[in-house]
Amino acid sequence: MENPLQSLLQKLYGLLLGFFAILIAAGALLVYVATSPDPFGMNTPEVVIAETETEEVVDPDLIENGVHVASGLVEGEGLMTVVQNCTSCHSGKLVSQNRMNREAWKHTIEWMQETQGLWDLGNNEVIILDYLSEYYAPVHHGRRQNLTDVAWYDLE
Amino acid sequence: MKRRSFVTKTALGSLATVVGADIVFGNHLPKGYTPLGLDTVDPYKAFGKHPDMKVLNDRPWNIESQAHLLDDKVTPNASIFIRNNGVMPEDIDVGSWTITFDGESVKQSKTYSLQDLKSKFTQYTYQATLECGGNGRIEFDPPAKGNQWGLGAVYCAEWTGVRLRDVLEDVGIKDDAVYIGYHAADTHLSGDPKKEPISRGCPMSKALQDETLLAFKMNGEDIPLAHGHPVRLIAGGWPASVSGKWITGISVRNKVHDGTKMTGSAYRVPCKPVAPGTEVTDENMCIIESMPVKSLITYPKTGGRLAKGKPLHIRGHAWAGEYEVVKMEYSIDFGASWTECTLSKPANRLAWQHFEATVNFPAEGYYEVWARATDSNGKKQPMLVPGWNPKGYLNNACHRIAIKVKA
Ligand code: HEC
Repeated sequence: MENPLQSLLQKLYGLLLGFFAILIAAGALLVYVATSPDPFGMNTPEVVIAETETEEVVDPDLIENGVHVASGLVEGEGLMTVVQNCTSCHSGKLVSQNRMNREAWKHTIEWMQETQGLWDLGNNEVIILDYLSEYYAPVHHGRRQNLTDVAWYDLE
Repeated sequence: MKRRSFVTKTALGSLATVVGADIVFGNHLPKGYTPLGLDTVDPYKAFGKHPDMKVLNDRPWNIESQAHLLDDKVTPNASIFIRNNGVMPEDIDVGSWTITFDGESVKQSKTYSLQDLKSKFTQYTYQATLECGGNGRIEFDPPAKGNQWGLGAVYCAEWTGVRLRDVLEDVGIKDDAVYIGYHAADTHLSGDPKKEPISRGCPMSKALQDETLLAFKMNGEDIPLAHGHPVRLIAGGWPASVSGKWITGISVRNKVHDGTKMTGSAYRVPCKPVAPGTEVTDENMCIIESMPVKSLITYPKTGGRLAKGKPLHIRGHAWAGEYEVVKMEYSIDFGASWTECTLSKPANRLAWQHFEATVNFPAEGYYEVWARATDSNGKKQPMLVPGWNPKGYLNNACHRIAIKVKA
């Protein structure tokens, strides 16, 4: 489960314990590491990653195969308004897991406004509701579905 | 699994965590734990979870198990689902952790350190089945709101701690006590310090049961961070949200507790059955108490191909909230006929029970093995998804696995 960025950073971390601040440039990756004043690493060192083109760090606007990579939401009119208003408290995954009609999406937004600290969406509300009711509309599957996506294997 | 990160303020903190952490948030506290940034941490490593666990949401963490990962009699941490409602606490100092008992119905409010609780009261160990009220939500039609849990938001671990009853007796409770409500150290997703992400509870009758614990250990070790380190309320057989994590306070109320996710439609179902998709007003929603009878086939994993003429050994677990499972059956003909399985007694009240059977298939072809439990009230699991409710709770429909018998 290792990835190159992670293992690189782990190596750096080992080197950097005991230093207060170090600037490193490696390939396309620019890493600033400033450890806390505590040389024994009791506090978390701060790591700042600058803009890079590596596979691990995603451009916030990147769309791949019709999906906005950073949020997991599908591409469509109003996407960035939804990203800006709906992915700061929880991830986009809580949005994309759900399927609702326009009215139910509106109720969900009102519930978050009344109880969870969601702000007044102003003119953006229509844009958001248009997007959600278009791309995250209910899918009907009845009282019990077939078993799907079965990965067949041999027993014994 | 995607291992890409969105460059934001929070991603900075999280990379620091990646750097500092080959830490399993198992038994000790991670040094460089930065909760906001956890969205780029490898959750499997960070929480010590099995690679087949499914991440439903990474902020807040909601991770589910699968039937075949739940085969152990006592579920190990690696296979235990995570349902977080907010941001997990950081910098937990076990030495200075306290739990305050207050509310309308305490004689006087009282604060205990963890050490007080451990040394003053007798410790007990019980297994408890904890199932998320929304386990199986994904099957409701029209779809119900929230994390779309499949089968895996249930487990049975072994908890060690003190009886809540013993502590409540020491605090002193007035006659008008109705309910307890917990308070915890997790923080609200909006960052608003005045909001509690979740503060649920149970009636006094449940709070006073022998098996209701303030637990310090899970499966004999310190409770992992994601499961409530350093102290968790355990109320087996009820929606797992009653078993509050990271407990800092218990309020003894003279009315039904009105904390976050006690009111509205949270962990409630229509008091009277409604047609699918009906809008139900808050006054007509009733709090879920005991979870319904249910079972899982944990061996074999769905999708097994079997040679013709070979018997298939199946096994799994069954549970029934406050009650006991009295009968376990399987069917390979979609419920036209049922055959009884061997069923064990629970290790203690509220623990899940184990079943097994040897299945013979009459001919080659495609089969589904369906499992059905019956509880001590005579209630059986339905084969169809039961009563629709706005938030998609209490789906106890029979579990089934697909099997092919080869020529
Ligand atoms: C101010 C914080 C905040 C913002 C911003 C926010 N939400 Fe939420 N939302 C929450 C909280 C808190 C929950 C409950 C999370 C949980 O239970 O895991 C939630 C839950 C949800 C749910 C699940 C509802 C349920 O009944 O369980 C959906 C769907 C959702 N949000 C969609 C959205 C959409 C769409 C937007 C943008 C319009 C949005 N959220 C913006 C705080 C927020």
